[in-house]
Amino acid sequence: MSEGHPHEEIRHESSPYAARIRAIEALLLEKGVLTEPEIQDRIAYMEARSPANGARLVARAWVDPEFKERLLSDTKGAAQELGIDASGPVEFVVVENTPAVHNLIVCTLCSCYPRAILGRPPDWYKSFEYRSRAVREPHAVMREFGFEPPEGVEVAVHDSTADIRYMVLPMRPPGTQDMNEEQLAELVTRDSLIGVSVPATQGNNGSALQRLPRSVRRDT
Amino acid sequence: MTAFEPGDRVRVRAAEKPGHVRTPGYLKGKEGRIDSVLGTFRSPEDLAYGLSGEPERPLYKVEFLQTEVWDGYQGPASDRLYADLYEQWLEREGGAS
Repeated sequence: MSEGHPHEEIRHESSPYAARIRAIEALLLEKGVLTEPEIQDRIAYMEARSPANGARLVARAWVDPEFKERLLSDTKGAAQELGIDASGPVEFVVVENTPAVHNLIVCTLCSCYPRAILGRPPDWYKSFEYRSRAVREPHAVMREFGFEPPEGVEVAVHDSTADIRYMVLPMRPPGTQDMNEEQLAELVTRDSLIGVSVPATQGNNGSALQRLPRSVRRDT
Repeated sequence: MTAFEPGDRVRVRAAEKPGHVRTPGYLKGKEGRIDSVLGTFRSPEDLAYGLSGEPERPLYKVEFLQTEVWDGYQGPASDRLYADLYEQWLEREGGAS
């Protein structure tokens, strides 16, 4: 626990679940339910998505208030504007951090995550530890990620139990007035889109500083 | 038409249903408030078993105070928890819906 990131040690590559998935995949192919190209298409779809998509959406929202309104009211449409295809049956809701409210996302029942935008969730997001603790002791969890909301800020935890996938719109960090959209996007970490931390700047604490993108760290 | 509107006080049914449900156990019996109506969706409780999931069910974003969900919650009393719950799992606070 003293390391601050116990979650990241969890790996599933050699678990019995992986063996089971491979067996199910082989059966689905053998029985003609799925074809190999369909599986490859799906893998390609998922690999094409990453937290960088979320970072672009956030950076655009920071520099364009009208885009921000569209991102909050019609996430799929806003994503499409940036060439991010999030179409599909799943609905998205973006929750906005404000000086009064900090948002944190979890799926206690499984691992619901805005995959069509951000790709696959990190392993720790799927761990029993995160899923059970994020709802019960969000402050302790965020501390382990090196973040503590300021005094007086309400923490709102969103348990995505059903058909909506959530993403956090973090606040633009202070001292970033001179940054362009691309530089701003570099500040937006995957963790800040889940809400366990906030975008990294020199104004944050030390552990956040270490996660700064290289290009920014050089200037600090 | 939905049974509840934003602002309505509700309680999560403390019911047991075998199989796939999307109502987390830790919220059963807890009281909250309808934050918003998220739309109607085919029921995942039926879709999980290859059924049609019809008719579509209203889904609500329900707001809870963390101090009312957890005994001894460590955090400000204003902290909140939101969960997406289907109409069939909600009843009007103080009586059946």
